[in-house]
Amino acid sequence: MNQLDQKYDKKSFERILNNEDFQTDVVYKGISFWKDVNLRFRQNKGAVVGIIFILIIAFFAFLGPSMTTHTYRSKVDDHINLPARIQGIEKLGIFNGESNGINVYEVRGLDDVYYWFGTDTLGRDLWTRVWVGTRVSLYIAFLAVIIDMFIGMGYGLVSGYIGGRLDTFMQRIIEVLSGIPNLVIVTLFVIVLNPGIISISLALVITGWIGMSRVVRSQVLKLKELDFILASKTLGAKTSTLLVVDLLPNIFGQVIIMSMFSIPSAIFYESFLAFIGLGLQPPLASLGVLINDGYKSILVYPHIIVSPIIVLAILMVSFNLVADGMRDALDPKMKQQ
Amino acid sequence: MLRYIGKRLLISIVTMFVILSLLFLLLEFMPGSPFNDEKLNEQQKELLYEKYGLNKPIHERFFIYTTNILKGDFGVSYTIEKNAPVSRMLETRMPISIRLGLQALVFGSLIGVVLASIAAVYKNSKWDTMTTIFAVIGISIPSYVFALGLSYFLGYKLTLAGYPIFPMTYNLYRPIQSSILPTVALSMFVIATVARFMRTELVEVLGSDYIMLAEAKGLTAKKVIFRHSIRNALIPVVTVLGPLTVGLMTGSLVIERIFGIPGIGDLLVTAISVNDFNVVIAISFFYSLFYIIMALFIDVIYGVIDPRIRVDKGGE
Repeated sequence: MNQLDQKYDKKSFERILNNEDFQTDVVYKGISFWKDVNLRFRQNKGAVVGIIFILIIAFFAFLGPSMTTHTYRSKVDDHINLPARIQGIEKLGIFNGESNGINVYEVRGLDDVYYWFGTDTLGRDLWTRVWVGTRVSLYIAFLAVIIDMFIGMGYGLVSGYIGGRLDTFMQRIIEVLSGIPNLVIVTLFVIVLNPGIISISLALVITGWIGMSRVVRSQVLKLKELDFILASKTLGAKTSTLLVVDLLPNIFGQVIIMSMFSIPSAIFYESFLAFIGLGLQPPLASLGVLINDGYKSILVYPHIIVSPIIVLAILMVSFNLVADGMRDALDPKMKQQ
Repeated sequence: MLRYIGKRLLISIVTMFVILSLLFLLLEFMPGSPFNDEKLNEQQKELLYEKYGLNKPIHERFFIYTTNILKGDFGVSYTIEKNAPVSRMLETRMPISIRLGLQALVFGSLIGVVLASIAAVYKNSKWDTMTTIFAVIGISIPSYVFALGLSYFLGYKLTLAGYPIFPMTYNLYRPIQSSILPTVALSMFVIATVARFMRTELVEVLGSDYIMLAEAKGLTAKKVIFRHSIRNALIPVVTVLGPLTVGLMTGSLVIERIFGIPGIGDLLVTAISVNDFNVVIAISFFYSLFYIIMALFIDVIYGVIDPRIRVDKGGE
């Protein structure tokens, strides 16, 4: 009761409604979706490192072969099985052309000769071959994305949007196709067409898009019932507009995530096939071919296998890190805790 | 549930039929002939075609071929072991491959679960970071690179009194010792996949309400983790068994080649390069059969051990 009786002095209070600080709404600048994605992606250290490594590897894949006078198939008969030797760095005691304590270059009287990654058993420059081989991997990566984007997304969009009998039919096809192991399809393609880049590409075309089409279909099924699609339809939008303008931007994040994840597996398939001798055929170079070459003489000249393995390992880890980073940036809900 | 299994079974059978016809058709149009010995003249080739029934009309051959395969008769090898029945060749090789795959699967899953549990329980510790890095590396780097590394550093360089501890190539008389390195190389992918998937699951389970309840009841940390968390987190891991099987099959091709293991993966690679197409068909058939059975098994077993899934699928 005491408190109610207490008297307040009106003068000790001040009306602040007219104060400017009180009335101003603070308006923050809006951040667009892609800017937000970009910010989240950059905070992911692994993904940024991955991007940097991919860029470095791509740079050398394009310019590396022209840094030397050798081509990927030119042989120098006196220069076989040379270990790596790099100008400048050789003084530090590494990359000085030594193998088992003997400087192979000096023994053979090759004083002014430098092979940055060494040479193989036929006297071909490994630096050139490794980077030419990397081009194949990058081409495969590019192809995997294209296949995912066009075939996978197209199939999923059509199947999910049109629905009905067509959807059931298309899904049955997918169920049957996904029941066939990739390995068997690739094997058959390699047998029917001769081993080479075309059969690998075709095998990827057949198998690469199934996962993507499933994701796109389920997204479309979910989205097409929403009100904004109905609104768009009511306003008279054509089916193509609905698909491209209304649906596509909403599933694009998922599409990018999926296609990023299909890159490492495509690169793996190519190098794997080349390694067992069913991919590119020598003298063409791909990382798998080079690893297979090096494997044949691994006990005597272990340096031949080192550079392609390192490049392949870095490339695969980088693409996986970038794919992880993309997933976390584009879809924070899917982020692993 | 029964209806669901029935539907899945039907799709599996259709898939198998499609695979059979694909194998038949593609190999039908394959360039090259199984008899490309220069010493044979046209007439002799004709006789050989006659003998193996290769000049009958295509539909007749398809019928014969399908019934034969279903009877388990894959014909004879044309080039690898002349006139040896393919089924007999597979008989000796299949157990080796299956044993290797199972070893890698069991070993890899165990290690993967242990790693994931440590990582999830001590979330954001250095163990967690190490597991994450290990998982990224294990998923990214192809198993044949691991195999090459292991066979060089442990198989060749590591010796005890002049004798290699782990044989670099498969030794039929020391099957256990010789299978250690290939198993480890094959299981890297399994460890990484299981660890990665299981960690996510376990972190989610550990943050759920029923774990809080279990803790509130006063259960020991050991009981909460082992009885309540890990067991629940293990259920969804069943779903990665499918991709793992594929990974193991692909891996076996190179691993068997690198370590010289007389299994079916190695045989397939050889058969492709010498156009021995009965062998290719037989092995592809078994790979597909195994994969389809595995997929069916995973779907059904998942419904059995996790009743929540059963309800979802029943509504389909």
